[in-house]
Amino acid sequence: MLPWLLAAALLAVVVLTAPVLGRHLYAVFDDRPQPAWDRWLTPLESGLLRWIGETGRPADSPWGYLLPLLISNALFGLVALALLVWQPTWLNPLGFGGLRWDLALHTTLSFLTNTDQQHLIPEQSLGNLAQLGAMQFLMFVSAATGLAVGFAVIRGFSGRPLGNFYRDLLRALSRVLIPASLLLALFLLVSGVPMTLASPLEITTLEGGQQWLPRGPIALFEAIKQLGENGGGFVSANAAHPYENPTLLTNLVSTWAMLIIPAATIDAFGRFVGNRRQSSLLLVLVFGLLIAGAVVAMAAEQAGNPLLSSWISGGNLQGKELRFGTGLTGLYATVTTGTMTGAVNGAIDAAMPLTILTALFNLFLQVVFGGQGTGMAYLLVFALLAVFLTGLMVGRTPEFLGRKVEKAQVVWASLVLLIHPLFVLIPAALTLAGGPSWAGISNPGSHGISQVVYEYASAAANNGSGLEGLGDGTPWWNLSASLSLLGGRYLPIAALVALADGVRRKPALEPSPGTLRTDTGLFTGVTAVVLVILGALTFFPVLALGPIAEALTLAS
Amino acid sequence: MPTSTRVLFPRMPRGPRQERRYLERPRQQGLLQRAIVEAFRKLDPRLAVANPVMFVVWCGTVLCLALTIEPRLLDAAAGARERGFNALISLTLLATLLFANFAEALAEGRGKAQADALRRTQARTQARRQLPDGSIELVDSSALRRGDVVLVQGGDVIPADGEVIAGVASVDESAITGESAPVLKEAGSDVAGSVTGGTRILSDQLTLRISADPGKGFIDRMIALVEGAERSKTPNEIALTVLLAVLTQVFLIAVATLSPVAGFLQKPPSVVTLVALLVALIPTTIGGLLSAIGIAGMDRVAQFNVIATSGRAVEACGDVNTLVLDKTGTITLGNRLAEEFLPVGGYSSAELAVVAYGASCFDQTPEGRSIVRLAEKLGAALPFEPASASGIDFSARTRMSGSDSADGIEFRKGAVDAIKGFVRSRGGVVPDQLDQCFEQVSRLGGTPLAVCRGAELYGVIYLKDIIKPGIRERFDQLRRMGIRTVMLTGDNPITAGVIAREAGVDDFIAEATPEDKIAVIQQEQKLGKLVAMTGDGSNDAPALAQANVGVAMNSGTQAAKEAANMVDLDSDPTKLIDIVTIGKQLLITRGALTTFSIANDIAKYFAILPALFAGVGLQALNVMRLASPQSAILSAMVFNALIIPALVPLALKGVKFRPLSAEQLLRRNLLVYGAGGVVAPFIGIKLIDLAIGALRLI
Amino acid sequence: MSFTAQLLRGVRVTLVLWLLTVVVITLPMLGLARLVAPEAANGSLLQRDGVVVGSRLIGQRFAAGRYLQGRPAGEPNLAASNPELAARVAAAASRLELAGISRPAPDLLQDSASGVDPHISLEAARQQLPRLARERGLTMGQLQRLLRQSQEGPLAMQAIEPVVNVLRFNLALDQLAAAPASEPPAS
Repeated sequence: MLPWLLAAALLAVVVLTAPVLGRHLYAVFDDRPQPAWDRWLTPLESGLLRWIGETGRPADSPWGYLLPLLISNALFGLVALALLVWQPTWLNPLGFGGLRWDLALHTTLSFLTNTDQQHLIPEQSLGNLAQLGAMQFLMFVSAATGLAVGFAVIRGFSGRPLGNFYRDLLRALSRVLIPASLLLALFLLVSGVPMTLASPLEITTLEGGQQWLPRGPIALFEAIKQLGENGGGFVSANAAHPYENPTLLTNLVSTWAMLIIPAATIDAFGRFVGNRRQSSLLLVLVFGLLIAGAVVAMAAEQAGNPLLSSWISGGNLQGKELRFGTGLTGLYATVTTGTMTGAVNGAIDAAMPLTILTALFNLFLQVVFGGQGTGMAYLLVFALLAVFLTGLMVGRTPEFLGRKVEKAQVVWASLVLLIHPLFVLIPAALTLAGGPSWAGISNPGSHGISQVVYEYASAAANNGSGLEGLGDGTPWWNLSASLSLLGGRYLPIAALVALADGVRRKPALEPSPGTLRTDTGLFTGVTAVVLVILGALTFFPVLALGPIAEALTLAS
Repeated sequence: MPTSTRVLFPRMPRGPRQERRYLERPRQQGLLQRAIVEAFRKLDPRLAVANPVMFVVWCGTVLCLALTIEPRLLDAAAGARERGFNALISLTLLATLLFANFAEALAEGRGKAQADALRRTQARTQARRQLPDGSIELVDSSALRRGDVVLVQGGDVIPADGEVIAGVASVDESAITGESAPVLKEAGSDVAGSVTGGTRILSDQLTLRISADPGKGFIDRMIALVEGAERSKTPNEIALTVLLAVLTQVFLIAVATLSPVAGFLQKPPSVVTLVALLVALIPTTIGGLLSAIGIAGMDRVAQFNVIATSGRAVEACGDVNTLVLDKTGTITLGNRLAEEFLPVGGYSSAELAVVAYGASCFDQTPEGRSIVRLAEKLGAALPFEPASASGIDFSARTRMSGSDSADGIEFRKGAVDAIKGFVRSRGGVVPDQLDQCFEQVSRLGGTPLAVCRGAELYGVIYLKDIIKPGIRERFDQLRRMGIRTVMLTGDNPITAGVIAREAGVDDFIAEATPEDKIAVIQQEQKLGKLVAMTGDGSNDAPALAQANVGVAMNSGTQAAKEAANMVDLDSDPTKLIDIVTIGKQLLITRGALTTFSIANDIAKYFAILPALFAGVGLQALNVMRLASPQSAILSAMVFNALIIPALVPLALKGVKFRPLSAEQLLRRNLLVYGAGGVVAPFIGIKLIDLAIGALRLI
Repeated sequence: MSFTAQLLRGVRVTLVLWLLTVVVITLPMLGLARLVAPEAANGSLLQRDGVVVGSRLIGQRFAAGRYLQGRPAGEPNLAASNPELAARVAAAASRLELAGISRPAPDLLQDSASGVDPHISLEAARQQLPRLARERGLTMGQLQRLLRQSQEGPLAMQAIEPVVNVLRFNLALDQLAAAPASEPPAS
C-alpha cells in the first residue's frame, strides 16, 4: 500500500508544482518581467552575449536557429571528446588513461545528445576532471539545448518568432537549470550524497576484504542528471547506488526532479498560446499515459516472478534495492523511460517483462513527458497529426491553435515518425542478424531481442537506460549506437524547428463554430489514440517478439 | 455614406430541406464493363507507380507470383508444397490491386460518360464571321479567335462562347443546363448578355463577340473537369498522400527488419507471409480509394450542375467560414411587388396612385409593372398621354426614375432621400409624415419608394420583399456547420435588418455599393476567414475574384464567369450551400476511410502475428481462434482485398454529411469509422477463416 | 554572416558555458558541502579506532557466519525468464537451508541492483539471529536490541519498509562481542 500512496503523493506534488515552474519558464522564454531573485542576472547575460558577439535578435529562418545550435553542439562535443581521449592526470587520482576512440566517441555523443547511454563503468574509467569537464558540462548544455528547442517550437506554434538560440541557451542555464540544480544538489547533499574532490577511498572491510568507495562531486552531478533528463550515472549502478540515491526520500525527490521540468514546459505552453485549458488537457493526457504505465510496471514488479514461486513469494527483488522496494522501482523505471532521463534505481534487465514492455512503449512514444524540451515538441507533432486526421473527419482543412495544417506541416511531422523505425529497427535487425555473441546478448530467448531493441530505442529516443546485461562495449555497438544517438537527436530537432517556423508564418484564424476545438476531452482522447497507434503500432511486431512473448512464456 | 449595421440573431429551429431539381445525367450502358477493362489496364507499372501505397502492393504481388512459380527462389529450403499457399496469397494481392483500380476506373467512367455527352454538342459548325469592313465570311468554328465578331441566326449552333453585342433572341441552353425552356438573350444586359458555345439559337438573330479561343471555351472546361483529365490533386489530398506514403515506409521498415529479428528465435517467416503482413498493415483501403474519392467528388459537383475550375476550389468550399450573399435573387425572390400606397401631406390614396402610375408607366422592371398593376386595381388612370411623354431611366447616381409629361410635369419615384432632395431642389416642402411612412414600411421589411409630382410629395409606395421559402432552414444548417452568412443589400438599414432577421442571416450590410462587397470580403479575409460569394453582374467580377470561392451564375456576364472559380449552370445562388456540403464530404470521406484503414491494423496484427511466430509462444494472441496459421494469414488478406469493393459505394457517394457541430460530427465519425474500423475486421476475418475452413482451401 | 564568424561565436559560447557549468558553480558547491554537511560530503564514512572501515551508506560483503550477512551481489541483470536465475535462487536457497534457514527471506535470494545494498529486511535479519547467537555466544535478546538500534525505515524516509543496515549492525555486533568481559549484557 505504501508504495502506491507515495506514488500518488509524488504525482500530486508534480501537478501542484508544475504551474509554479511553468509560470517561471513562461517568464524566462517569453521575456516577461523577471522575479526579483534573478533580475540581477540580466546585465550579466547581456554582457556575456555581447562578448560572444551575439545580438540576441530572433532568428528569421529555421536555419538561423539551427546553425548556431549545430555549431555550438559540435564544439561542446569536441571539448568533451578531447577530455575523454586524453584524460589528463589532473584531478584524476587513480590515474585512469584515455578511453578507446570508439568508446570515447559513443560516450561523448551519448551525453551531447542528452541520452547518457553508458558503455563504460565510469568509476573505473573516468577521473573527476572528465566527470566534471566532459560529463557534467555536457549534461548542462544538452539539457539547455533541448529546452531551447522546445521553447523555439512552442514559440512557433504560438505564432511568435523562433527566438535566438544562444540567448535561449544561456537563459535556460542561468535561470532554470543552474538554480534548480544548485537547490537540488543542496538537498541531496544533506541527504547523504557525497560532494568532494577527494580521491575515491579504498578501505578494508570488517571481514578484511578490499572495497572502493566511489565518492566524488556527486551531489551536483546527480542534480543536473535528474533535472536535465540526462540520466548518466556518476557510478555504473546509477541511481541504484547508495551514493547517488541514498534514501527513500532522495529517491522520491529524484523521481519528482525527472518530471518537473517537462511537466512545467507543458504548462508554459498553455501560457504561450493563451489557452491553459489546452495545456491542462495535454497534461492530463500525458499523466494518463504515465499513470497507466506506472500501474502496469508497479503491479508487475509487486506480483513477482512466477518462475521463482517455489522459493519466493512476493515481489521481484532481483536487481532491486531494498530501500526502494519493488513498487517504487517499477515507478522509477516508468518515469525514467517516459521522461527520457534514463537514470535507473534498479536493473531494468531483471524487471518483469511487463515493466520492460512499459519502458519500451515509453521509448517508442517519446511523449510520456519525453525529452527535455523535445518531449513537448513531439507532443505537438502528435497533436498536429491528430488534428489532421480529425480535421478531415469533420470536413475542414484541419486547424491547430488557429493555424491551418497543410502539406508542409504533415511532411515534417511524418518525418519525425520515420526516425524511430530508421534508427531503431534497422540497426537492431543488423545486430541480431549477427547472432547472440556478436550482439552481446546475455539473456536467452525473447529477452535477447528486448536487450538489442531496447539499446537502440534508448539511443534513438535519447533516453540512455538499458538492459544492462548486454555486452555493449564493442566497437560495433559504440558506433552503431552513435548513429542512432545522432539520428534520434538532430534530425527531429531540425524537422521540429522547420515545422514550427512553417506554422508561425501562417495567418492566425479566429475560431468559428465549425472549427474543431482541440481543448476538449474528446480531442485529447483522440490524440491519445493517435499517439498509441502511430507511435507504437509500427513496433508491435518487435514488442510481440520481445517482452510480450517473454511475458506469455512466464505466464504459461 | 453607406452605413453598415451589424446584427446577430439567435439560432432558429430546423425546418425541412428544400427539394431541388437535378439534371438527369446520360446513363451509359457498359459503365461496369469499361471499368473492369480499365482495372486491368491500370496494372501497367507506369500507371501503378503514381500511387505509392498501391505500388507497394504491386511489387508484393509480382514477388509472390514469382515465388508461386518457383518457391525456392529466395529460400532453398522452401518446400514445393508452399506453392499452393503462395498462389492463394498472390491471387488475393492481385485482387486487391484490381479492386483499387476498378474503384478508380468506375469513378473516372462516370465522368467520361458525361464528357462524351458534352462532346457531342461540340460538333464543328460553320460560323459567319464579320470582318472589320463589315463583310461576312464563312469560317470553321475552330478558326474563331477571341475578339472575332460573328452573326448567328435562328437554328444555328452558337460556334463559341461570346457576348451579345446586338440583337435579341431566344436560346436553347439545354445541352449544358438540361433546362428545356429557352432563355432570352439580349445585348447590354448583365444577366442575359452572354452565350455559350454549343447551345442553339431558336429564333431571330444575334451579333456576338467571341470571348474564348477554341478548346478554352466553357464546354471544353466542363469536359476536362468531368473527365478528370487535368485533375490535379488538392492540397489536403497531397498532405494525406504524404502521410500515407510515410506510414507505408514505416511499415516497410518494420516488416523488412522482422526477418532477422524473428530469425533470432526461430526459422524466419517466409517472404510470402512477410509480404502478406506488409500489405495488411499499409493503408491499402484508403490508398486504393483515395483517387476515386477525389474524382467522385468532382463528379458530384458536376451533377449539381456546377462547373468548378479545379478540385482545389471544391475543397476550399468545405473550409468556407463566411458566405457573402446578395439579398435580391438569393435570399428574396428577385421581384419586389408593390403592396400598398401610403399617402402623405393630405393626399388620398387614389391621388397617390395616379401619380405613382405616372411615374411608373415607362418602368418595365417587375417592380414598376407591379406598381402599375396596383394603381390600376385602385382605379387610377394615367394622368398624361403616354405617347407624348418621355421616360426617365433609373440610374445608380440619381436613384430615381419617372416620366416627364408633354406639359413638362415631372413624375418621379425613387429612394426616399433621393426624392426628398429632388422635391427640395424644386422648391417643395417635405412633410414630416414622410419619415413616419418610411419607418413604417422599413419595419415591415419592405422597401419604401417616395413618389412626387414636381415639387409636391404625394407619399410612399410599399414594395414588399418576398423571402424565398426554405431559405431560413438553409441558413440554420450553415450556422450549425460553422458558416456565417452576410447579406448585402442596397436597402436602407431598417429594411435590411428586418429581412435579415426574417431570413435568419447572421449579419448584413445595408446600402451596400459594389465596392462594399470587396471591402466586406477583404475584412473577413483579414480575420483569416475563407469567404465564398455568389454574383452575376459584371460589377461583381472583382469581388468574385477576391473571394476564396466565387460562384458566378450562368445567366451572368462573361466577366463574372471568368473571375469566378465556379459557374452555376442553373443560376441558383443557394446552391453554394450544396457545394459547401460536397467540399466537406470530400474531406470527411478521406478522413473517415483513413481512420478506418489504420484502425483495421489492430485486428490484422492479431490475425497474422500469432500465425507468423507460432514458434515463439504467441498463440495466446490468437484471440480470434483462427484455424491455422496459413488460414489466418489468408483470411486477413482476403478481408483486406474485399474491404475495398465493399467501400467503393461509400467512396463514390461520399460519407453522408450532417449539419452538426464539429464536435458532434467527430464523435459520430469516430464511432462509425474508428471504433467500427477496429471491430469490423475482427468479425470479417473470423468469418472468412470459417469459410476457408468450410471450403477446405488450405 | 560568415561561417567563420559563426564558428567564433561558437567557440566563445563553449568557453563561457564550460567555465560556468564546470568551474563557477561546482567550486562554491564544494565549499558549501564542507560547511553544510561535511560528513555526507566526504562519503558518510564510518570509523573504528580512527580507521575508516566503510560507509554508512554502502553495503559490504559478509560471508562469515559470525556476521549478519547482506544481500547477494552477483548478477543483477539476469532476466526474469532466464533459467540461470531460477538455478541461482535455488542454489542460494539450498545453501541457506543448509545453514539452518528453512525458507529464506526473498531479499537474501535475489541480487541487489547496486551490489552494495546496505540493507536487508527485518525478516532476513531475524532468520540469521539464531546463527549469530550461536557463533557469538550472545542471547537473542541482545541481538534483538541490536537489531532495533540499526533499523532504518519509512518513518525517517530512509527505506520503503523497515530494514536493517547490515554494516552498522555488524559494527555494533563487534563492539558488543568485544565488550562482554567488562560489561555484562543488560537484561
